[in-house]
Amino acid sequence: MKLSLGPVLYYWPQRQVADFYDQAVSSSVDIIYLGEAVCSKRQELRTPDWLELAAELSEAGKAVVLSTLSLIEARSELSLLRKICDNSGCLIEANDMAAVNILAEKKLPFVTGSSINIYNAYSLKRLYSSGCQRWVMPVELNRTTLKNILIDAEKLGFADKIETEVFSYGRLPLAYSARCFTARAKNLPKDDCQLRCLEYPDGIPLDTQENQSLFTINGIQTQSGYIYNLRDEYSTMAEIGVDVMRISPTSTDTFEVIEQFNQVIQEGGGASQMIASDIKNDEFCNGYWYGRPGMETT
Amino acid sequence: MELVCPAGSLPALKAAVDNGADAVYIGFKDDTNARHFAGLNFNDRKAKSALEYVRANNVKLFVAINTYPQPHSWSRWQAAVDQAADLQADALIIADLGVLDYARERYPSLNLHLSVQGSATNIEALAFYKNNFGIKRAVLPRVLSLAQVKQVAASSPVDLEVFGFGSLCIMAEGRCHLSSYVTPESPNTCGACSPASAVRWSETDKGRESRLNNVLIDRFREGENAGYPTLCKGRFQVEGQTYHALEEPTSLNTLQLIPQLDDIGIKAIKIEGRQRSPAYVEQVVRVWREALDSYKKIGSNFVTRGEWLDALANVSEGSQTTLGAYSRPWQ
Repeated sequence: MKLSLGPVLYYWPQRQVADFYDQAVSSSVDIIYLGEAVCSKRQELRTPDWLELAAELSEAGKAVVLSTLSLIEARSELSLLRKICDNSGCLIEANDMAAVNILAEKKLPFVTGSSINIYNAYSLKRLYSSGCQRWVMPVELNRTTLKNILIDAEKLGFADKIETEVFSYGRLPLAYSARCFTARAKNLPKDDCQLRCLEYPDGIPLDTQENQSLFTINGIQTQSGYIYNLRDEYSTMAEIGVDVMRISPTSTDTFEVIEQFNQVIQEGGGASQMIASDIKNDEFCNGYWYGRPGMETT
Repeated sequence: MELVCPAGSLPALKAAVDNGADAVYIGFKDDTNARHFAGLNFNDRKAKSALEYVRANNVKLFVAINTYPQPHSWSRWQAAVDQAADLQADALIIADLGVLDYARERYPSLNLHLSVQGSATNIEALAFYKNNFGIKRAVLPRVLSLAQVKQVAASSPVDLEVFGFGSLCIMAEGRCHLSSYVTPESPNTCGACSPASAVRWSETDKGRESRLNNVLIDRFREGENAGYPTLCKGRFQVEGQTYHALEEPTSLNTLQLIPQLDDIGIKAIKIEGRQRSPAYVEQVVRVWREALDSYKKIGSNFVTRGEWLDALANVSEGSQTTLGAYSRPWQ
């Protein structure tokens, strides 16, 4: 089982990003995804900066993957995507079918992120034929579906040629919109958002009128309110045939979480203690994995 | 532009045809389509009657098979494609890569349309579906501004259909998991968002409350219009403020954009609402037919009539309509 660090889904200042990846180099993750996957207006780091960072991390022995935008609307976003696919020299995480098409035409291998809809082995096979070498399961799927997809993939003869990754820790990416909900919360038009996402390193909590945590606003992306935590599912994942467990960055305790995941993996699933003392258990959820509503805990 | 109208039942289909639909889209009676609600949709016999009715009136029939099958249910989607092919539907509206693959391989002459659930918002994504499955048309997600629709249309490899009227999804369709985060059902897996089975209403001293799977979605004061608790249209707390943090209860209406949409080369307008009554279908289709005919006749002198807007407002969520993402300020 490998551990991966997902792309930072929030908008952090350049300095914070640099510090974060300084720490990532010496952490136990095997794979690092980086780049902007949510909003094209977030340019604290531009493509050349990400590429430079990618080269450094790669030099330090990490497998690096460049993540791309999940929702592509403007022509400028498509041009940028083409440029990244053309020149990066990195493995790319496709988060929209646009990237899949560009990379398939160039006959370049790619990873599909969780926003690419793969709900069965036939879909997976089609993407495998187009160059997909690792896929991240859509977040709403459960362990039984995953198991059956991998069994079907074996029957279709390509299971051993593709890696499976599961979003295993962090706030779940649940939806993408044309509307920027951060700008809306600030009573600003999207075109004059003043990059207010910079003020929220973990997004903005959205609660019900009974103060129950529901979602997290992150610009045009809506995330879960609770943190999805599948750390203790390591053994099941290993059994099913999952190759990579993904940890999605938060601003506070990512590296502590990585080390705890690593410990669980090293001890073969034995270790089981609470992650990050400042996060209460009731802020975790794991419903999706058990075929329940995502926000529930089983 | 072709007027593509919804039908969740035979009476609704007849209402659509009688009031001027160019095409009607339906779904089968299971979770293979994105409006999988109790009492809705067509079994084999009803689908045949539907086909007879549209054929007799020179109207097209599309079949939506636009949810995402999982391994345990794959055969149902396969059967739905077989049934639609057998019916000789004019087009199948599909989202899943595996289902598209099956339809293309098994029935090469079938017309395939990419469902809005396929979530293709740009020409590269559209090219993927064209190159791999030979799709003839795609329905654009409701996330593009009019200027962006124009850019896509200018170099799209396939014909484009856009939403003209109906309930407004504010998230990119096919990539929204809000419903399954809170309830047991989602659009992608079950063909249902914020399902009625999870809804609970209660009168409390704080007002009338609507809940989904026990999660409070909204609370209404006396006299306030209490709408259906769709997840993205509830009132929530963000930084101490309580408001419609994602979207208000409202419907999409683009009647006024008919000339622009036609100018930029949009081939078809889709009316949302297979879950709605025959009366809704009749009302909406009649207005849109009149509007499209009026535009055809007078071209750039086209103006929307007050009576059309009133009629549409009557059947809209929260009795209000919006241009949604087509209008940049909305975003």
